[in-house]
Amino acid sequence: MDPERPFRLLEYGPTCAMFELDAQVHVEDLSAHLRTAVDAGTLTDVEDMVPAARTLMVLTRTPATRTAVVGVAETWSPSDEVAATGAEHRIEVVYDGPDIDEVRRLTGMDRDEIISIHSDAEYRVAFMGFAPGFGYLTGLPEVLHLPRRKDPRTRVPPRSVAIAGEYSAVYPRVSPGGWNLIGRSLQPMWRDDSEQPNVLAPGDLVRFLPVESSDRRDAQ
Amino acid sequence: MSTMPTTMEVVHPGPIATFQDLGRHGVMGLGIPVSGALDERSHRLANRLVGNPETHPTVEATLGGLAVRFSGPVVVAVTGADVDVFVGDRQEAINCVLRVPRGTTLRLGAPRSGLRSYVAVSGLFSLPTLFDSSSTDLLSGLGPEPLQAGDRIDLRRPDPGAVNPAAISFAPVSVPTSHVICLVHPGPRRDWLTQSAWETLVSQEFCVSPRSNRIGVRLEGPTLERRRHEELRSEGLITGAIQVPGDGRPVVFMHDHPTTGGYPVIGLVRAEDLHLMGQLAPGDTVAFRPA
Repeated sequence: MDPERPFRLLEYGPTCAMFELDAQVHVEDLSAHLRTAVDAGTLTDVEDMVPAARTLMVLTRTPATRTAVVGVAETWSPSDEVAATGAEHRIEVVYDGPDIDEVRRLTGMDRDEIISIHSDAEYRVAFMGFAPGFGYLTGLPEVLHLPRRKDPRTRVPPRSVAIAGEYSAVYPRVSPGGWNLIGRSLQPMWRDDSEQPNVLAPGDLVRFLPVESSDRRDAQ
Repeated sequence: MSTMPTTMEVVHPGPIATFQDLGRHGVMGLGIPVSGALDERSHRLANRLVGNPETHPTVEATLGGLAVRFSGPVVVAVTGADVDVFVGDRQEAINCVLRVPRGTTLRLGAPRSGLRSYVAVSGLFSLPTLFDSSSTDLLSGLGPEPLQAGDRIDLRRPDPGAVNPAAISFAPVSVPTSHVICLVHPGPRRDWLTQSAWETLVSQEFCVSPRSNRIGVRLEGPTLERRRHEELRSEGLITGAIQVPGDGRPVVFMHDHPTTGGYPVIGLVRAEDLHLMGQLAPGDTVAFRPA
């Protein structure tokens, strides 16, 4: 890390500013800082921002904008408290995923404990990737930090609620996947016929509400 | 004047043909790839020749073989790969303004050089859009399905006020070649590879693997050695990123690339040269030089 700056700037061509940071929370904090400048009109010609686990990639339309983005980043001082900026979602979950027994075995907890720990936590969409609309949710309690499955599934059903490493997620669409499936959401995370098909966006807050499978909406 | 729309019927799609435009921009942060025409220069030219805005979708036909016919007279242009073009039995040429009578089949041969042809038709294909684009993204499965024999796609007639037909009937552009030189910028993880890896990348020649597609051009030839072997956390990718996976054989990510990846990116093909990468066929060669 550059002693003068709270980030490392990586080379990625003339119009992309690639920031490397120390912690996930700093990625989110710097994203919010730059977003504020974009919304205020201080930064124009920013095309896209792609946060990840330790990096923030900012795509711009001109080399001058890239320079301006780095300049705004230099006015940022890291904070471990990220202000909530996004929408809030309450997602109803039936905790009957095919890996719930494996999670019980790995954690030594019973199903009710797993449900209450997973659904008591408050999550934030730290970043998206892997597939359209797939959000990496931070805030998963450490007792549920588990490795990915050794044999990834070739087909994970949409709306599967999953955990792996320090993250939780809801699979938006059918895809392959190696995360531990603990339940299923009653709400879709991807609306195929919508102009805005993704439900989640980076910075959003998520809470899971446990419901029993006898819920009549489950039949849909 | 008839109110029936003109339709394009797919007689034969060839090995793979998809609709492409300039792609979805500004949504990689939602996990959505850019997609769009791999040889954007040819896509834009085809639209200009028929008087369309450059943003209209064209048909991107890979390895030629496409055959289509229309329920009414249309103006078309075929650009990109060096292919024979037939309107009915009559041989025509690429990079020309072509008038295709009603019911007559437009057919592409196999490329002599290059890989992808762009077929623009005057008017606008009636296709669903997602984030202002009708591009087919073969990684994510977004956008229309690839073309299949029997498909019928309506064409919205061009708004007469918006038509800006080309003042020329032939565009004198060079055809793709089987060896190209692309300029590269250093990438974010150049220091995760050995010093000699970068020197190899910008001095040796690489051969295009048949496993290449719209997601990436896979390269055979010299392997690039890693200096750091720990696991890299996934990070943002951009089109043209040269990623080095475990086997040391570089992959140049093209428009349907995933938005993030966990192998080190050693370099970046400059944006101005991406259309050259988009025309490389299996067995073609590429050399990289520092930008």
